[in-house]
This record gives sequence, structure tokens and C-alpha cells, in this order.
Amino acid sequence: MLVLARRINERIIIGDNIYVSVVDIKGDQVKLGIDAPAQIKVYRQEVYDAIQEENRKAARSQGTLPAFDSLFDKNSKKPADPADGTKHNS
Amino acid sequence: MRIRSKPFGEIDIDERQRIFFPFGILGFEHLKEYALMDASQPPFFWLQSLDVPDIAFILIDPHVFRPDYEVKVVDSDLSDIAVQSTEELIVFSIVTVPDDHRLMTANLQGPVLINRDKRLGRQSISLDPRWQVRHFIVEELASIKG
Repeated sequence: MLVLARRINERIIIGDNIYVSVVDIKGDQVKLGIDAPAQIKVYRQEVYDAIQEENRKAARSQGTLPAFDSLFDKNSKKPADPADGTKHNS
Repeated sequence: MRIRSKPFGEIDIDERQRIFFPFGILGFEHLKEYALMDASQPPFFWLQSLDVPDIAFILIDPHVFRPDYEVKVVDSDLSDIAVQSTEELIVFSIVTVPDDHRLMTANLQGPVLINRDKRLGRQSISLDPRWQVRHFIVEELASIKG
């Protein structure tokens, strides 16, 4: 891995048109500014990791699904109720 | 064609149900061929891997429980699946179903985009910070039904 030391407001260039600058440094946090063409995708690594992990969990879901309406059986609102907002609990 | 599926065992699918994911699904990048099938319990769908019968994702149209859902992704994710107009595009969320089904969640941060005409698919990453990996479907649906 290439390691470069940079100060605030100094930049690096990746390829021909991706610029990364150090905008601010506070304690252990560094703020980076990234200037890249629209087709270059920039995400925080955690977002990527979280989606991968959730996909793995989703793939382990069972092969059977409940009827959608049955999901509301134990809620206060039953699917058969008209959604007219006039419901009163007694 | 006849396929092996996780929810239904062996089943015939129409060629038009086949969707090619050139980049796979995140975490399953090596699996690129899927079939999109109606679940017997609407409004769910199954996205069944054609390579590994045991891998299948449950999908839902996020607008079912979040009418305000908007897809905001980088343009290249749409051009990757040759989307030229929004009429071609179908958007799904992957659903995670725990043992207590009422706690099922949908991933709105990583929408599954499908070009229904060209039968190409891609999982994207939302650029809108409102949408997260785990949205509780039952709770959010109850809140809009109010």
C-alpha cells in the first residue's frame, strides 16, 4: 500500500481526474474532500460492509414466508379494519 | 426451463423470469444468474439463484411500506443495466426474515434495481442517508396506516 503524508489543504491525484484533499483534522478524525467524476462511486467502507452482511443474513432466511396480513395479527390494528382513523379502544 | 429453487423445489420458469446480474449481489458477487418469481404470499417476490439452489432472496417493493421511497443512486449503476427510462426500471428491497416474522426488515440502502425489458439487475447503494440497511416493515407499515 502506498502511504503518503499530507497536511491540511494538500491534495493527492488518483488517475487523471480524482482529487482527494485533507479538509480538516480534529483529534483522531480526518475530513477528506473527494472530487471525482460522477461515474466514480465513493462510499464509506462500513456502508458496503453492512449491505454485504445484511445480504448474507437475508440469504439465510427460511424458504417459507408468512401470509403478509398475518404479520399484523398481534398488532393493535387488524388489516381488516378500515383505515379511517375512527377506531377507539375500549 | 426447469430449475431447482429454495422455496418451491423443482419448478418451471419462463425465460422472461431470468435476470442477469453482471456484478452479482453484494457478498455474492460470483452468482450472476437469477430467476424472479412471485412468492405465494404477495407482496413478496423471490430472487432465486440459478447457480446455487439454496441461495434465494426475498424481495419486496419498498413502496408497499414506504410510499415516500425514492431511488437515488449514481448514474453508472443505472447505465450498468442499460436503463434509459424509468419505465424500464423496477426497484426492490431485499428482506431479512428472522424467526419472529413480525421483525422482518427490508434493506432500503442497498436497493435491487432491475431493468425489466433487458432483464438485467444490479444491487446499488442509495446516496440518500434516509434509507438504511434495516427498516422494520411491519412497524413502518403500521405507522403509515396510522
